[in-house]
Formats: sequence, structure tokens, C-alpha cells
Amino acid sequence: MTRELRRVSLVVAAMFMSLFLAGTLLQAVNTEALANDPRNVRNIYESYKTQRGPILVDGKPIAESIAVDSAYRYLRTYDNEIYSGVTGYFSVFRGATGIESAANSYLSGQSSSQFFEQVNAVLSGNPITGAAVELTLDPSLQQAAWDALGDYRGALIAIDPVTGNILAMVSKPGFNVNRIAGHNSEKVRENYVEFEADPANPLINKTISGDLYHPGSVFKLVVAAAALESGEYTNESTFPNPISVRLPKSTSEVFNSSRSTCGSDPTVTLIYALRYSCNVPFVELGLALGQDRLRAQAELFGFGKEVRVPMLATPSVFPAEMDDAQLGLSSFGQFDVRVSPLQMALISSAIANGGLMMQPNLIESVISPNLSVIQSPQPEVLAQPITAATADALKKMMVQSVSKGVASNASVYGVKVAGKTGTAENGDNERVTLWFTGFAPSINPKVAIALVIEDGGGRDSGASGNGTAAPVARSFFKAVFGQ
Amino acid sequence: MNPLTEALQISKLIKVVPRSRNLEALLLFFAAGLNAFEIAQIQLSILEKITTDLFTYWFPPIAFAFVLHLILRRRASEADPLILPIAVVLNGLGIAMIYRLDLASIASGGAELFAVRQVMWTALAMAIAAMVIFFVPSQLFLRRYVYVSMAAGIALLLLPLVPFIGTTINGATLWISVFGTTFQPGEIAKIALIIFFAGYLVNRKDSLAVVGRKILGVRIPRGRELGPILVIWLASIGVLVLQRDLGTSILYFGLFLVMIYVATGRAFYAGIGVAMLITGGLVASRVLDYVSRRFDSWLNPFNQENYDAVGGSYQIVQGIFGMANGGLFGTGLGGGVPQLVPLAESDFIVASLAEELGLIGFFAILALYFLLVARGLKVGFRHSDEFAKLMAVGFAFVIALQVFVVIGGVTRILPLTGLTTPLLAAGGSSLLANWIIIAMLLRLSDSAADRQAEVSIR
Repeated sequence: MTRELRRVSLVVAAMFMSLFLAGTLLQAVNTEALANDPRNVRNIYESYKTQRGPILVDGKPIAESIAVDSAYRYLRTYDNEIYSGVTGYFSVFRGATGIESAANSYLSGQSSSQFFEQVNAVLSGNPITGAAVELTLDPSLQQAAWDALGDYRGALIAIDPVTGNILAMVSKPGFNVNRIAGHNSEKVRENYVEFEADPANPLINKTISGDLYHPGSVFKLVVAAAALESGEYTNESTFPNPISVRLPKSTSEVFNSSRSTCGSDPTVTLIYALRYSCNVPFVELGLALGQDRLRAQAELFGFGKEVRVPMLATPSVFPAEMDDAQLGLSSFGQFDVRVSPLQMALISSAIANGGLMMQPNLIESVISPNLSVIQSPQPEVLAQPITAATADALKKMMVQSVSKGVASNASVYGVKVAGKTGTAENGDNERVTLWFTGFAPSINPKVAIALVIEDGGGRDSGASGNGTAAPVARSFFKAVFGQ
Repeated sequence: MNPLTEALQISKLIKVVPRSRNLEALLLFFAAGLNAFEIAQIQLSILEKITTDLFTYWFPPIAFAFVLHLILRRRASEADPLILPIAVVLNGLGIAMIYRLDLASIASGGAELFAVRQVMWTALAMAIAAMVIFFVPSQLFLRRYVYVSMAAGIALLLLPLVPFIGTTINGATLWISVFGTTFQPGEIAKIALIIFFAGYLVNRKDSLAVVGRKILGVRIPRGRELGPILVIWLASIGVLVLQRDLGTSILYFGLFLVMIYVATGRAFYAGIGVAMLITGGLVASRVLDYVSRRFDSWLNPFNQENYDAVGGSYQIVQGIFGMANGGLFGTGLGGGVPQLVPLAESDFIVASLAEELGLIGFFAILALYFLLVARGLKVGFRHSDEFAKLMAVGFAFVIALQVFVVIGGVTRILPLTGLTTPLLAAGGSSLLANWIIIAMLLRLSDSAADRQAEVSIR
């Protein structure tokens, strides 16, 4: 038996050798590739060991990691629901969204600009501390935007048209981020499911993402810009002024929202049509310009392009390959035209800034734990979609729209406000989407905004951009100008 | 006083100072320190303080280990001094890791805890091991129960198929449910069948090896000798296939193959067995759906489709990620996230340990198993009784094969099968079975030495 036993012993030795070898391959040879596999979520867990940097607004943390007595060591806490759309969440169980995701490399201390601190952390054995991210938001404007929207479902974004800095970014309803950032997986899952099931979509930052909106009449700014840029039209160009216009090769008639002519004259000027937001002249204008020129202008404004603020914003859509009836509907922002509030705010900011569209930006600076500034983004031109002359002409139209047109409810005493309202239809029996976009003051503008109110502002009928959205803009502007 | 009893008394006097037992005691103190250190490190790392729980998880196995040690001093004083300390270290390391996973589970709001149950099962298993050593004076006692063992083994294997008490977990019908706890009788059946095979093969080995017709130059044993073995063998494997337990089937197959080979010295058995295993595996991978999916998950675990599939490669890939994260030195006990791997406390406990103890710890664990198996095989080499030899080989090899199949599954040498890592993994039946095996190896190692002592006296 001894001979057989010896052979069996050899087999046993071989089995153990192969185990030693397999372990070595996994833990000493192929380690790097396995550790970097995106499905290896140990990296997120790893990040809980370092104190994640805070997100600051005006020097005060709106999200910070607090040392706690648990396996996770740090609990991410969020200060105020008004910032929930901006910060997003950072959760062991759900990953990260918002700034938490977009600025993660800074917050977690893993960015290449913190290389020396990383080396230091390895040498000293102390975990690295993440960098602080200071946002461009103005806390008083953020609060004003939050208050102005009240109980409406929607969003408001305000941009400094000269620098592109985002001054307010509010998405409503917000959510209590702390309920997702906790360490109890059961509770977090429950809360997440609750938020996700909410038809008001609190988890989505509606200023930049989610389902885009029908722009309705605010899109007339793009059509008017295309007309002015073509050189064939001015503010005073005239259009026939019937009660309605039949869409080409179709039985549908388009009316003005007043169900009458646009003013009492047989013709109507472009500036008058925009001031009263008449659909009929814009259908005529859109058909005359053709879809290629409209699309080209929309793309110059940024339709179809990805923008990072640094969160990725969903690109707005101007449909491809339309027939003339569809083009007619698109000319006043219906059919398949879709925009984000950010896109509309960028259009207003370009008009406010003499035709220059600045890169929208949320990050003021990134400050390392030893208080050195790692990064501070400088204003950058994103595009020049229109000439200064076109910008001036559009500005004039928008000022009139507020001072003596259908955006009148946005007017603020003592401040010249430029703006455009919109009431977009979402189909039969669906509640409308309400819009305001504009800027103030009209000379040396300080702030360009776009705000959207979903769900007809909670009303089945009778809601309009001027009746519902413009007053929100007015209360926001009042806060901007300290009234 | 007659000469015989006088001689016995002299031999008792000679054995008064068992040096091997003192070595064992020393090693047990070391094991106790090691186990306490592991739990303390986990508490400091996760809770950042030492709590009285340390005592709860550390003391019972150590106390029972010393009870076992005292019994060995009285009843098996020449037993191998390494076996018990190795088993205690492995068992303690398992409890520490299970406790560590419990802490992670508590931190994320979980409630199902395994460590307390593991400690209770360990205590029970060690108590039964003590009884085995106490009441089984030598292998000769077992020789009387060879066929009883066979009947018991088959009955135990069939038990999960009995309606009402059989329980199916994760698609395998291996458990019985009694008084609210589940138990895997197949683990105990393993021991009974090893005893049966050893006994049967010792009686028939010559005729198995020599008698029989030659076909194509190969001697085929007569049906009379081969029949019963084949029947029991195929029956046990058939039952396991019915119960959908691939791992245990492979375990039994390999075990019996080795025992027949060692008993008869005929390489023919080994050859035909390996051929059968490979054909069986290939046929099963074609015919049985759950086997073919296992194979695909084994060969292409990183394929996204396999990764996302229910019962796909998610578990093994997470285990591999954990091991890779551990690297050479590991994250330290309590420093990793082994709880990400499903069944981290049972099937994948080695991946959990490798993540936190690194390649170094993984090597240490393998070395402990290797040493344990080597001590078992050594009994096989040294024992003068062939029945004891065969049992020792059986017990040693069953540990080796189980380690190979489980850890090989985790490290992708083999397809993943549901087996438990001996002594480490959470699970009462497995602990019980392995502690009985440890007791048997201790008993056999004692009698292996005993015989030599008697010979030298004469």
C-alpha cells in the first residue's frame, strides 16, 4: 500500500500547488486589471474610508462628511433640501448623482491634481482627505428661486450672462438627500423606491436632465433669431395677419392664442408678433425660412450638443426631417421640439451678453484640505450663436414683451426686464407646460433665467405663461434687485 | 499477577510522560492567542473598541479544545500533536471571519447573524469529537460495524429526499429540517461510507486485485467482489445527482477512487475513474442545463451576460474582485468589504479571508490544510493495520479534495460547486462532520504510534 499512498500524496501535493498558483495569479499578477474593473464596487466602499470633501456655497457646507461611530466611518449629510437638485446624492447603495458624481474625483481626493497628497497619504498611512468644492451659487438667489417656485413642480436656473456662472439652480420638488445617504441599506432602499415612484420625480435635476420639455412660445426667440440672422428680416418686417393659418398639406388650422388676429392691422410686424406671442405670423415665418435654417440656428444655440456644468446636461432637440406641417408646428415650439431650462437660459444669456454665449459653470473653485486652490474655472466663451446686432434686436423685442406685451407679469418696478413667456401644449387633455425666460436689467444684465412649471401649475385649464410663470420670474427678479 | 497484565502496566508506566501532548498544549496556547488576536483586530478595526463579545466568540472553542486535549492525554496520549491545534486555528479563523461579516451586516441594518450559531455548533461538534475519542478505543471497534456503516450512510444520503423533512436550498435538496434548524446528513454519510469502504476493501482487496478474467490485457474483477462497491458508489452518486449537488458527487467519486486504488494497487481503477469523471462532466454539461450554465460561468465569468444572469458568475467575479483587492498583504481583518460577495460566510469564506489577509494569509490557510492532510496521510503510512490505513487515507483525502474543489471553484481552477470549506465555513453539519473526522484521525494516529510502542517493548 505504501507505493499507492505515496502516489496519492503526490496527487494531493499537486492539488495544493495548483491552489497556491491560482491564488498567486489573482492576488499578485492580474490584480491591477481586476481592481480597476468598473464592476468592482469596492472603490466606492474605499471612498468611505477617506473623509470626502464638502460642497460649499458661499463658504458654508451644503454637503459634508461627518465622522460617525460605524463601519463606514463617515456619514454624508446634506444641509438643505433647496440644494438637492444640485448636489444629487452620494450613497453606498445607489452610487452618486449631481455634483457628488460630477466632481467626485475632487471630493474623494483622487484627482490627478492631488497627486502629492495621495503620495503623502500612502507614505504616512493616513487616509487622504477630499478637496472642498465651492459652487458659484448665490445662497440668497437659490433661496429666492426656491421660494418663488412655491409648490409648483418645475425648475429655475439663473446664470450670470457675462461669466456663465450659475447663480441659482432649483428643481422642484426637492428631496431630503439624507434619506438616501444613510448607512442602513434597507431604509435607503425603501426611501429610494419611494422617491423614484413619486410622479413628481424629485430625484431628477429638472434644470438639466430628465424628460425635456416642449418649449412652446419661448422657442420663438430661436425662430426670430434665425430670421434676423438671415439678413432678410428686421424687427419691423411685416407678415400677413389672418385669424388662422392652415398647415401645408393638412387640415389643421393654427390660431393665435387670442383666437383673433394679431392686432387690428392687415399686417403685423415681427416685433409685435413676438410681443404678443402670436402663432400665426411665426408659422408663416418658419415656413418661409425653412427647416434647415431653423435647425442651423437652433444648433448654434446648442441644440443637440452635450454641455457639462460639470454635470452632463441632456441636449435639447430640434427634430430632423420634418414635413411642412410639422415645420409649422415647430415654429412655435410644438411638435417634437424639446428643450431643457438650461438651454433656454443659455439663449437668454447669449441675447443678454451681446450674442456671446458663455460656458455655464457651477464650480467656483476647488480647495485642497491644506487650503490651496487646486482649480478655479475661468469664464469661457461657449459659442457665438448670433451677432451683436441680432442680440440687440431680440433684446428690444423681449423688453417690449415685458413692458407692454404678454410677459407683463414679469415686470419689476424700477428695473427693465427682458423676457418671453411660453405656454406649451403636451397633447389633448394633458396639462400645459409653462415657461418664462429672460434677463434683467436690460442694460448690463446681471442675471439671465429660465424657469419651467410642469403640469399646468396644477391647473387643468386656464394656465398661461404670463399668468403662472411670469409672476415667479418677477418675485425672483425682485430678490435679485433687493426689493 | 500474570505476565500479560504486568506487561500492560509497564507499558502504561512508560507512557506516563507523553511528549507529544505537551507540544500539543503549547500549540493550543498559541492557537488560543492567535484566535483572540484575530477577533480583537476585527473589533478594533470595525467597532474601534474591544467588547466582551470577544470572549463569547473566542472562549468556547478554546475551552473545548483543552477538554479535547485532556481527553487525549488520558485516552490517546500518542496521538499526533499537530492535528488538534491546526483544526482549532482554522475553526477559530472561520468564526472570526463570520463574526466580522456579521458586524458588516449589522452596520447595514441586517439581522441574520451566523457567528453565534457557528460558535454553538463548534462547541457541539467538538463535544461529539471528544465523545468519539472517548468511546471509540481503536479502529478494531469500528471494524465490527462496517455493514452498519453502509446502511447508515445510504440512509443518511436518502434522508433529504423523504417528504416533509427534506428541504431544498438554492436548488439543491441536501438538507433536512428538524426542530427549525437545517442539517445536511450527507456530511455525516461521508464518514459512514469511508468506514464501510475501508472495511469492505480490506476484506476483498486481494480478490479485487488478483482474481478475475483478463479482457484486452486488463484484469476485470469478478462481479462478486466489484458488484457491491459499484452499487453503493453509483447509488450514492445517483442520489446526489438527483439532489442536484455537483460538488458532493465529485467528492464521493474522487474519494472512493482513491480508496480503491490504495487498497488494490491497481492503476486501472484510477484510470477508468478519471475517464468516467471527464466523460461524465462533458455529458452533464451538454445534457443538464444547470451544469452547462455553471460551465459557461466558469469559462467566461467576466462576460456581462453571465455576470447578470440569475445564478451566473456574479458571485465568483465578486469573489475574485475581493481577492484582487486584497493583493499581497490584504486589507487587514475588518478593512475590506468581503460582505459584497454572496455567501461570503460559507462557500466564499476563503475569498473573504484572502481579501483581508492577502495572498500571505491565503497561503497560510492552504499551508494549514496541507499540513493537516499530510498528518492524516502520515497515519496511513505508519499504521500497521490496513483497515486503519485505508480509513486514514480516506479521511485525509476527503479534506484535501474538499479544499481543492471549494477553493479551486473560488479561484476558477474548477467550475464552482456547492461545497463547504472544512472547519472554516459557516454551517453546522459540515463542522460536525469535520470534527468527527479530526477525532478519527487523532484516534488512528494514536493507535499508529501505539503499535510501534508495543513492538519496542516486546
